[in-house]
Amino acid sequence: MTQHQLRMRCPHCGVRAVEEFVYGEIPATPDALTEPDARDVDRGFMHANHEGPVTERWFHSFGCRRWLTAGRDTRTNEML
Amino acid sequence: MNEFVERAIDLRWPTAVKPAYDVVIIGGGGHGLATAYYLATRHGITNVAVLERSYIGGGNSGRNTTIIRANYGIPEAVRFYQRSVDLYAHLEQETDRALMHKTKGLLWIAHSEAGIRQERARAAINTACGATTEYVDPAAIREICPQIDLTGKGVWPVYGASYHPAGSTARHDRVVWAYAEGAMRLGVDVFQRASVTGIRMDRGKVTGVESSIGPIAAGVVLSAVGGHVTTIASMVGLRLPIRTHPLQAFVTNRYAQAFHPIVASSGLGGYASQTAKGEMLIGAEIDRAPSYAYTSGHPFLQHCAFRMMTLLPFLRDLRVLRQWTGVCDMSTDYSPVMGLTGVEGFLITTGWGTWGFKAIPAGGEQLAALIATGRTPDLIAPFSLDRFARDRTMADRGSAGTH
Repeated sequence: MTQHQLRMRCPHCGVRAVEEFVYGEIPATPDALTEPDARDVDRGFMHANHEGPVTERWFHSFGCRRWLTAGRDTRTNEML
Repeated sequence: MNEFVERAIDLRWPTAVKPAYDVVIIGGGGHGLATAYYLATRHGITNVAVLERSYIGGGNSGRNTTIIRANYGIPEAVRFYQRSVDLYAHLEQETDRALMHKTKGLLWIAHSEAGIRQERARAAINTACGATTEYVDPAAIREICPQIDLTGKGVWPVYGASYHPAGSTARHDRVVWAYAEGAMRLGVDVFQRASVTGIRMDRGKVTGVESSIGPIAAGVVLSAVGGHVTTIASMVGLRLPIRTHPLQAFVTNRYAQAFHPIVASSGLGGYASQTAKGEMLIGAEIDRAPSYAYTSGHPFLQHCAFRMMTLLPFLRDLRVLRQWTGVCDMSTDYSPVMGLTGVEGFLITTGWGTWGFKAIPAGGEQLAALIATGRTPDLIAPFSLDRFARDRTMADRGSAGTH
């Protein structure tokens, strides 16, 4: 988890400890995959797992209990 | 011989890069070097290059908690890891290196009725597949490990455990160096500070790699990368069932050599053993959000230390000496992914998330056999990448010790 980055900004609650949040991936099957079975396998099992800036969802579990969208660089855990 | 004193390692570094190799292995960790070693020793294939972007064994091979065991939850995995346990048992003789391999026995604690069922099932499956494990009651646990608090402070009571006598540890750096030395002696070229920047393809077939030490042509390219495998696979347009999570561990200061077994607990999400120097080595669960950052943090330390102290109260008097992080490739079904990828000339060994070290000998041996013969050995056939499309996943989350 973004543990050296001990605080994260929630648009509703302000800056809070990162332990309050639950991580959520935004799954995305590439458009280049057109065959329905291949798309199903990709959707079921594959991950983008990108090394660099990503957009992801976080659930503020111990706060406002709302989902928020945030940017993060997975190489450094810097919030963007 | 004193096991802490070692003969100088005879690593014969190459002086120049050849323009072409039969096999190029990306990643100079345990798996990459073991594959090179078995290619050279078992199959006589020595025109091999291993490319390591940092220094050999500097990734997850040097960051794991060095546990070797075969007590997995599905028959295919038990057989595979049992092969590794067998190879480890003779590795010191084979490589003529003191690897500090020590058989300690492993206790996997049950804290609940569900835990009891799980550990009984584990013992039954292991024993049926050739890896001895028995279910033991609290009295026997006290015999094996008197330091365990059987009441678990009333919150994590110890009801029983599965005991795996073959559980052992070895010094991870020495395993890497032993394989590197053996492979290099037979003519394998290992390059440090050589990172792969691209993979060359011709009409759908992999023909070589682009690297910081120049382009290299190859008959077969094997990705034995830990942590950054998704980036390598994307170079050939492959998507993987992998997410990369950081996994942290720490050691305490030295404690009298009195803690013999390896103790693991799924309920507490941690495992502890004692190193040869006497430090208590403790590892825990992966961090929940995927990340490639090698940063360690205090929240992990606080959480993990607090939980392990309920099981092992003597830890309270020790101090944390150092803490580190590795980045683990976790597959969707928590089992490794080995072998052919569907891209001609490109092989993969990944998904080693939290069990890569114990699999090094068997993984290397089986992949070498695959590269040499072109046929996937039966032992690793269940772990091929296409199992997801065939609806034959190898779900074994309960055996990770880290979830």
